[in-house]
Amino acid sequence: MGPLLSVSELKKRYEVKRSLFSRDREIIRAVDSVSFDLKHGSTMGIVGESGSGKSTLARCILFLEKPDSGRVFFKDEDLMDVKKNELRSLRRDMQIIFQDPYSSLNPRKKVYETLSEPLLFHRIVGRDSVRERVIEILMDVGLNEDFIEKYPHEMSGGQRQRVAIGRALTTNPSLIVADEPVSSLDVSIQAQIVNLFLDIKEKTGISMLFVSHDLNIVRFISDDIMVMYKGMVVETGSKQEVFYNPLHPYTQMLIDSIKGDFFKKEVDYNTDISQGCPYFPRCSIRNDRCKKDTPVLIGDKDHKVLCFRYAN
Amino acid sequence: MHRVKIIKEFLKVKEITIKISGLHTEISTDSGTIKAVDDVGFHIEKGKVLGLIGESGSGKTMTAMSILRLVPPPGRITRGNIIFEGRDLLNLTKKEMESIRGNRIGMIFQEPMTALNPVIRIGEQIGETIAFHNNLSRSDIKQRVFELLRQVGFEDPEKRYIQYPHQLSGGQRQRVLIAIAISCNPSLLIADEPTTALDVATESQILYLLRQLISGQGMSMLFITHNLNIMRRFGDYVCIMYAGRILEEGSVEDFFSEPLHPYSRGLLDSIFAFKGDETRLKAIPGFVPKLSDLPEGCKFHPRCMYVMPICKKNEPEAKKIGEDRWVRCYLYQN
Repeated sequence: MGPLLSVSELKKRYEVKRSLFSRDREIIRAVDSVSFDLKHGSTMGIVGESGSGKSTLARCILFLEKPDSGRVFFKDEDLMDVKKNELRSLRRDMQIIFQDPYSSLNPRKKVYETLSEPLLFHRIVGRDSVRERVIEILMDVGLNEDFIEKYPHEMSGGQRQRVAIGRALTTNPSLIVADEPVSSLDVSIQAQIVNLFLDIKEKTGISMLFVSHDLNIVRFISDDIMVMYKGMVVETGSKQEVFYNPLHPYTQMLIDSIKGDFFKKEVDYNTDISQGCPYFPRCSIRNDRCKKDTPVLIGDKDHKVLCFRYAN
Repeated sequence: MHRVKIIKEFLKVKEITIKISGLHTEISTDSGTIKAVDDVGFHIEKGKVLGLIGESGSGKTMTAMSILRLVPPPGRITRGNIIFEGRDLLNLTKKEMESIRGNRIGMIFQEPMTALNPVIRIGEQIGETIAFHNNLSRSDIKQRVFELLRQVGFEDPEKRYIQYPHQLSGGQRQRVLIAIAISCNPSLLIADEPTTALDVATESQILYLLRQLISGQGMSMLFITHNLNIMRRFGDYVCIMYAGRILEEGSVEDFFSEPLHPYSRGLLDSIFAFKGDETRLKAIPGFVPKLSDLPEGCKFHPRCMYVMPICKKNEPEAKKIGEDRWVRCYLYQN
């Protein structure tokens, strides 16, 4: 059996005007030649700062945003080729959870409607057993029958996110894409939701793409980690490798910042570059070559890095 | 009056910039009165950083707004003292307060995108505050703005002076806001989640800059955040807020080596527990209560794993445990 999800050379660009009245346009490479495989039952954490392209990547994989080029294989089917109605039935198998449970739930629908709708739409259960299944799902996400009649505004942020997770589980998907699912929650609630994801993973063997800017959380939940910077994957590998043996200077900086080295001053910051290594302007170990040439990912299947320092 | 005199004496010895005691801020709503800040007290010494830590709705921002006397109606301060530079801010007139805000007390807010006026040049926005509080000529103000821009890390102040906010990155905008906040050499800087909207690397730089400013100019700082990780490295003292109250107070060393309140311990566990190969995080059960719907007794008791019968009936007083070390919990009342 191949991987559940296989992404190769995925690209997405946006054109933006330099200013309101200007004619010349700037091309932003939100996702730049990203390739990776996600094994059945494993979780890949995607880390990066805002603007690194991690959310765009997640949306492109689900075809919520159409990639410019590249291939996305989901269960050996090429999503670039499938027709619209086929995509709809595939969607059932891949669900997304968004950052903000305040805006991702319909404020005018009770929890019951939110959860029963996908069950009926995809004909997963018959009308007579919908209620039963909804209650089961609520229990799975740590809520109970009392929540059935509630509207989103009657619940706390953590409870709303539980409902959103429940909705994603209604169709028994094989893949869940979670885009910053805990960042809008309070610290004491974040840990609860992370634990819920771990419970679900253990119980259902589901595969996950977990997008977050918080390396601490990603480290806890993932089997593999992918670090993105300016649309490119700068380092990827197993959790142990990336976390305990970080190779790329950017990953090293991220890990230092959660460990305690705080007040490191960085090299000049805001220079935009059209060629060379994307991390060049901020890198502490750069040399002339990094300015001219763009590095490629090198390494073995357990650990890859985008940096000339490790090339021969 | 006598009490104020004693406090004044106290301030002289320890060089305390601000001392708050018994502060109560309430919001009247149709369904009753909400106590957003309930008996809050702390002091900040010269050149020190106090971190006010809490989750959403804990009253940390309301405390800052109370100090600045900017509590939005229908909220109002009902009781308390805020002694700053020998005066009780709560007794000042509107006009006197205006001469303190932005002048003796600088402010930095969370959103660098919205706190700046998008159609006014950077230099003019910084100059505005200086002109309001000082009687200086235009060229003197301009010189001062250049100096400030350099101080917050811009190498090309002449170029920055004529730029607009949209031409700057998030971190640069935050630097501009810091320049505005320190433009009149305040003795207290209030920063409300100043790095929350920024990336890790930018956050580090901004904190580095703030640290330099504090030690260089002997400023004190009230740093409001939900992020314990930042405070561990950046703060001198921490106050943990929950449901409008301070549950625990102490120096950074004391607090992080031995957190006392079950809530503090829970918070620290849920972020620092990632050491060995635990399979689950130690989460605090339950949810953050709404201020309009607080439980009886100790406000944390429904989520507390050490809950005792008394916690459900009465609310514990803040008890002094050691030097600058306070905790509000029945586990420590004897």
